[in-house]
Amino acid sequence: MNVAETVFIDNVPTTETDASPPSVTEQKADEADHVLDTMQTQDFPPPSTAKDQFQEELVIKPLHSGDIYASFQFRTQWDTDFLLGSKVSHYRLFPKSLGQVISKFSVRELHISFTQGYWRTMQWGQPFLPSPPGAELWVWFQDTVTDVDLAWKELTNVLSGIFCASLNFIDSTNTVQPSASFKPLGVGNVTDQRFLRYAVLPREIVCTENLTPWKKLLPCGSKAGLAVLMKSEKLFHSSFHSQALHIRPVCKCKSTSWELRQTLNVVFDLHTSGQGKREWSLFKMFSRTLTEACPLASSSKVYVDITDNPQGELFELSPATPLVSQAVVLGDGRTYSVYDLTDHATFGQTHSLNVLLRWRAAESGEMLRPLLHGERYVAGYGLQTGEIHTLVYNNHPYRAFPVLLLDTVPWYLRLYIHTLTVTSKGRDNKPSYIHYQPSKDRLQPHLLEMLIQLPPNSVTEVTVQFERALLKWTEYTPDPNHGFYVGSSVISALVPSVVAMDTNNTQERPLFSSFFPCKEESTYFMRIYTEPLLVNLPTPDFSMPYNVICLTCTVVAVGYGSLYNLLTRTFQVEEPSQGLAKRLANIIRRLRGVPLLT
Amino acid sequence: MVWAERHRGRLAALAIAAVVIAVGVPLWWKTTETYRAWLPVAQINELAQLQLQLSVEVEVVFSKGTLTAEHQKKIPPSNTRQEEHVVDETTRLRYRYETRYRTATIMEEDALNQSTAAEADISLHMLSESPSGSVVIYVVPESSTVLPEGVSVYVGQRRTALLRAGGQMRVAVALKEVLASLETWIKQVLQVMSFSHGDITAALSDRVRPGDRSREGLADSMRAFKSSPGYEITFSLLNPDPTSHLLHWDVEAAISSYIQPLLSKMAPVANFSIDSQILYYAVLGVNPRYDPTLNAYTLNADSLSHVINPVEARLGSSAASSNPVLNFLLYVPDSRHSPLHITDHRRHTVPSNAFSSPRWGGIMVYNVNASGTELPVDVHIDMRRVMGVFLPQLRLMLGVQSAAPPPGFLIGPCGNAGLADWELDRLMWTRSVENVATATTTITSLAQLLDQIGNIVINDNIAEQVSSAVASLQLAVGQLEVGNLGLAMQYSKEAILQSERAFFDPSLLHLLYFPDDQKFAIYIPLFLPMCVPILLSLLKMASEVRQRPGQGQAKKD
Repeated sequence: MNVAETVFIDNVPTTETDASPPSVTEQKADEADHVLDTMQTQDFPPPSTAKDQFQEELVIKPLHSGDIYASFQFRTQWDTDFLLGSKVSHYRLFPKSLGQVISKFSVRELHISFTQGYWRTMQWGQPFLPSPPGAELWVWFQDTVTDVDLAWKELTNVLSGIFCASLNFIDSTNTVQPSASFKPLGVGNVTDQRFLRYAVLPREIVCTENLTPWKKLLPCGSKAGLAVLMKSEKLFHSSFHSQALHIRPVCKCKSTSWELRQTLNVVFDLHTSGQGKREWSLFKMFSRTLTEACPLASSSKVYVDITDNPQGELFELSPATPLVSQAVVLGDGRTYSVYDLTDHATFGQTHSLNVLLRWRAAESGEMLRPLLHGERYVAGYGLQTGEIHTLVYNNHPYRAFPVLLLDTVPWYLRLYIHTLTVTSKGRDNKPSYIHYQPSKDRLQPHLLEMLIQLPPNSVTEVTVQFERALLKWTEYTPDPNHGFYVGSSVISALVPSVVAMDTNNTQERPLFSSFFPCKEESTYFMRIYTEPLLVNLPTPDFSMPYNVICLTCTVVAVGYGSLYNLLTRTFQVEEPSQGLAKRLANIIRRLRGVPLLT
Repeated sequence: MVWAERHRGRLAALAIAAVVIAVGVPLWWKTTETYRAWLPVAQINELAQLQLQLSVEVEVVFSKGTLTAEHQKKIPPSNTRQEEHVVDETTRLRYRYETRYRTATIMEEDALNQSTAAEADISLHMLSESPSGSVVIYVVPESSTVLPEGVSVYVGQRRTALLRAGGQMRVAVALKEVLASLETWIKQVLQVMSFSHGDITAALSDRVRPGDRSREGLADSMRAFKSSPGYEITFSLLNPDPTSHLLHWDVEAAISSYIQPLLSKMAPVANFSIDSQILYYAVLGVNPRYDPTLNAYTLNADSLSHVINPVEARLGSSAASSNPVLNFLLYVPDSRHSPLHITDHRRHTVPSNAFSSPRWGGIMVYNVNASGTELPVDVHIDMRRVMGVFLPQLRLMLGVQSAAPPPGFLIGPCGNAGLADWELDRLMWTRSVENVATATTTITSLAQLLDQIGNIVINDNIAEQVSSAVASLQLAVGQLEVGNLGLAMQYSKEAILQSERAFFDPSLLHLLYFPDDQKFAIYIPLFLPMCVPILLSLLKMASEVRQRPGQGQAKKD
């Protein structure tokens, strides 16, 4: 166990506890990051006296399938400390409702996401910020919190009010404390999992009532800036929609500051939203165009991914922009065209910006296969037992790397942990670290965390058998024949960078710089989610209780009736009556005057 | 033989019927019973008949020259006056004023010889501290220069008042008459400094239907928030157009210098938490009208009621507590609708340019003249002006009444806190009565509800909360009776908290609701086949018993 722990700590940087060197912290903090931070150095806003600042950006990425991926990020940063003695209560850009939540519940870090649809990694590549279908909430509490479970319960109720979501269904049966998969993303040195709570509601439906409160948290609301594009009828007419909110303390190097990041990711489908034409524009996606930046934003930018299109041979981007930025995103060097909305020239003479991408070629090249990819399904037949299969793909041609697999399974699927097998390339692959917490009926779910080494270019299969439990009849959901959801598995990994793998890259760089793979770019952190499972449980006929009552009552009544009869009936010898023949004979005898028969 | 057999059958039927009645029915009763913990019903009913007694301790201090030597000897040490009011059939009030008389000490005499009433008030306070709820009245001679000309009563910052002795005191009259003439003044002083019957009945509005109260009194009582153990105060700066104005407000400093002293003084009444926020692109719900005569935009008093709703959606409810929220909005109109003035019903502009909404908060319009210069304009808001409007509004909302004093009264300045001690006492009297009234209605209606709906499960914790609420209520009523205002306030707050917690406990919602038809649908398959044979055999036996005496007679004949 101890050995396993050290292995794991060596491999995943998020467990590092020292926060002192700022560069390390910054890198750690931006684990699931965007272009935003990597770009910061070149166009950081002039230092202002305000203690809070707001940035907004939109990244548009044409996908190889012809779909288009739009990712909004809004970042509010506030140099204050909610957790020091003085009560913070004067809000400028930071939303008051969230600030109150942080200080009331002593939250260190809060990550919440609402997702509709499943991110298809094999078609679309990696998302900037992954999220599982449904609602996901994970919170790190301060180590001063004494009753974490109570705080968690109240917090989920308050959040469900703020976001109009059914987060109040989070209780002990779907809450776990992962030991390794979810480490704090902000500064600080608490890594004791007792202060972490993680819950997923895979059944949560995300719709406009969740979007409206989310938009209200932005300083400009949906009145100005990039948020005007968020028209719910367009956003929800898409194949993937995910909105998230991340609060964490970040390092301002002298004092802590709090960062609120609101992200919204949406994938528009080529056929349903794009009418099958490979031609995308802001107006076609959102039915709005941009006219101004949010006046409160210190930076407001639109990025378009043109990595595969350096000379414009693949698609045509209009209006043209002279600004180009390069960044390493998810281990891959990308090139972006940048539209700076704070610059009036961006909007041109029409005073509106409508970015247009028109494809020249019908096909859009080959997509690099994602290095890490996961799949999950349920196998088996019948309603008694089954088997969960999790497939983890390592598509790297020659590098092996470890992944952390987190599985939360509800208590009504009783896992047979002795049947757990991990095989790669047909051989048994023994996990170097296993953290298993068995379920308790109606109290806590199964938690299974494993550190698995993935051999290069391989598929690793994790299987475990389970038995389906019988629920009490009030425990079934309103539509039990639909099945029961099991939340996604979470695969967290340090993935070797594509940049390091790419040999062509050396041509652009000086030779002396590229012999040893550079440390920063050699690996990057990635978290992917598998599909949620839909499992059928043995479902009774719900009129059954009444039928059973009626049947047993009838049986009891029949038994009781005969017993009662037996006990209370009086038995007496009855004079046998004369037979019919005798009676007839007697009548005849009477007529004839002969003495009667007795 | 036959008879014996029949007798056995009858006995068996009787035995089965007996078993069913003796074992079956109690078993069924026990297993289908809902758990109902014991509630102190008798005590609750006692509280439903509310008899409140409020005791005020009054100390009347005669300074030199107000009483003759002879009178000084004969002066009674104390005197008790009682007033009884029947508010309605379930509520009775009794006010008890305990007046103690004494002559001033030398130090007090010195203090009273100060040149102004305010100074005298301060130096008198240095000498002694009076407990909350009590009143000290110093009677000064008519010739005294402490009180300004034409003023007969000066109400100080603390719990003291200076009363100018009437003219007839110098003349040798009976002491009784002297005291009687004082009494009318003391009554008035107490109405100002502790409570009047009107305030108390207004505070009882939860129990008593406002039948005969004046419209104005009703409006006054509805303006203030209901008594609550805590309040959230939110200051919001509305900036409808951040492209033209860049607003800066030093709300933190303004709150700590203007609002915080008042709230820390009011700490015994309730807990307060203050926060502030800036809302961008928040607009009022009404389009202001351009008035060419004023060269300004105006919002008429009639349209003010429509202003709040659209703003309220942006304010955001308080996530962290369920206490009532007091909103104070500072609205800076955008440059296209500026200046903006609020006009009253007679179309005169309101000088403060602000209005308040009962039990909600206040809105102030702050005009900025930013013309010419490049946008956005930096605007620093004058918080002194803003807080000068919000502070009186806050006092109103919190129920600190500033009723016009009767003629001849002079109210002293209320000091740095913005609230004199006696004003706080006055508030605490009404608030504790209000809390008691609210808690009793909550508890009695809960008891009624539980009594009416027999299916509700009453858990032990509910019973415990109800009992402790009843206990705190009794304590609060008792403390009011003794005149211990601070403790009464505290207990009444506890009572209200516990009673609300019991009333809104989620476990009461788990009502085991089975409609009667469904119950019978389940019972009939078992009960019908079981009961019919028993009933039939019992009937048969009864008819046999009835027939047998007839047979016996027939045999005798």
